[in-house]
Amino acid sequence: MDIATDSVGYVSPHKIAFETPLTFASGATLSRFDLMVETYGELNASRTNAVLVCHALSGHHHVAGFYKGAPDPAKSEGWWDNLIGPGRPLDTRKFFIIGVNNLGGCHGSTGPGTNNPETNKPFGSEFPIVTVPDWVRTQVQLADHFGIEAFAAILGGSLGGMQAMQWAIDFPERVRNVLAIAAAPKLSAENIGFNEVARQAIRTDPDFHDGNFYAHGVVPKRGLRLSRMLGHLTYLSDDLMGEKFGRVLKGEDYQFGFDAEFEVESYLRYQGDKFAGYFDANTYLLMTRALDYFDPARAFDGDLAVAFAKSKAKFFIAAFTSDWRFSPARSKEIVRALLVNKHDVSFAEIESVEGHDSFLMPIPQYHALLRSTFEGIKV
Amino acid sequence: MSAAYVRPDFDVVTNWVSQGASVLDLGCGDGELLARLQRERGSIGYGVEIEDTAVLACLNRGLNVLQGNIESGLNLFDDGAFDVVILSQTLQATRHTEALVREVLRVGKSAIVTLPNFGHWSVRWQLGVGGRMPVSKRLPYQWYDTPNVHFSTITDFDVFCADKGIIVERRAALAGGRAVTFLPNVRGETAVFQIRK
Repeated sequence: MDIATDSVGYVSPHKIAFETPLTFASGATLSRFDLMVETYGELNASRTNAVLVCHALSGHHHVAGFYKGAPDPAKSEGWWDNLIGPGRPLDTRKFFIIGVNNLGGCHGSTGPGTNNPETNKPFGSEFPIVTVPDWVRTQVQLADHFGIEAFAAILGGSLGGMQAMQWAIDFPERVRNVLAIAAAPKLSAENIGFNEVARQAIRTDPDFHDGNFYAHGVVPKRGLRLSRMLGHLTYLSDDLMGEKFGRVLKGEDYQFGFDAEFEVESYLRYQGDKFAGYFDANTYLLMTRALDYFDPARAFDGDLAVAFAKSKAKFFIAAFTSDWRFSPARSKEIVRALLVNKHDVSFAEIESVEGHDSFLMPIPQYHALLRSTFEGIKV
Repeated sequence: MSAAYVRPDFDVVTNWVSQGASVLDLGCGDGELLARLQRERGSIGYGVEIEDTAVLACLNRGLNVLQGNIESGLNLFDDGAFDVVILSQTLQATRHTEALVREVLRVGKSAIVTLPNFGHWSVRWQLGVGGRMPVSKRLPYQWYDTPNVHFSTITDFDVFCADKGIIVERRAALAGGRAVTFLPNVRGETAVFQIRK
């Protein structure tokens, strides 16, 4: 296959073992854990050029490049490939970039599908509820593993942006730039509501078996599929869906039945099926719960400005006009809290039609702003 | 608005901003003034700008820039959050001018406003004698494409401040880059006011 000259090319992940016990916010513990990572570019001698990319709900460590051994290498592109590479906004000639699969994930890091050494069965529903601060603490261990004292930048979209913000709050000395895109300082009741519907779809699937479906040799595919269909709807915008599908029928006329007659129905079914084929149901529950629980102001009497008081990073906050899941107004709540502290912050409201998913799109203005921000970072 | 020509009002604004002041530049354009204030005055500054290209230009200068429409309010900012709020060649292009000045004086302990002076003799000449809306180096627009919607003279702005109980701390009129003290409302091309509540 042809690979663009500004692509990172073929990449391969590796697993890093952490043999120290981890205590979660809930009080639960793990005696050890693994994190799956992928890196791009070279760590400089002074270890000042490291960038951490945090993933959102269904992401993982494979952020950029392709897998040579994939069934179809051309389709093995990382989830934020358009951002990273030699000459791309996050330039691998300057930065050393780490992608990580979060704890509780289902792409190689320790998670619900991992064998619990104490029972010799998958953790399943026994896996601890994991929070954004828990993730950040595991990512600090990851930084220590690489000998990185402070990240040049930590960035992420959506739930990924929340992790980047949590870093600035919990470990102000260890991050110089925070890029939180299409994020929010906490979920609204509506946001939590969507997550709950998704979780109910999974948990009421008879194949879920209270989270221990592995032992039964089944996967709660119907639940996962519904979760993804619902989630996907909230990531798009009405305008984009109108543009992409409208009311277009697959056949010539109404069939007077309930099969997928509209294009949008078959699109959602396809997305749901694809997702149910590879994603772990317990991980989906954990990730949505981490979103629900994210509220860094909670420990500071609900005052987000106080939460950010000790932060030292320079912030880049961006939101998209068509994003109704985490609208620009939500990003402005973050900006406001940063301004109270007179922290360095820039905010961009980017014109887009792609809804919440916009943060993954190579929108020219958006990418120009990211490029400028990364170019301005001294390493 | 971006600086298409040398901006003599920037010299006055820079002189009036005290060392280390916190500054908010509303309609900061490509950030030229804000960058200068940081460089020469050690200002802790933020710019607000709506245009995509100007926001990018500010970011390229390493400035703090917040994208938004200043006319939809300054609710990102607390009362008295800044030592100085700057409205450099911006106020005449806003629709809700009075409401904006109130917001500016809420978030700033003082404000520096620069305005094109529509009392300048050439403006009077073009309209009064020529019967045409004025076009000049400082006002390079035709009536149909001007972003300026509220035209005022130096005297008008003084009267506005007096009517609204706004204190004018300093004023300067500029022409050709120099301060004008004799007949400023006739000879001044640009006016600079420092005001507070």
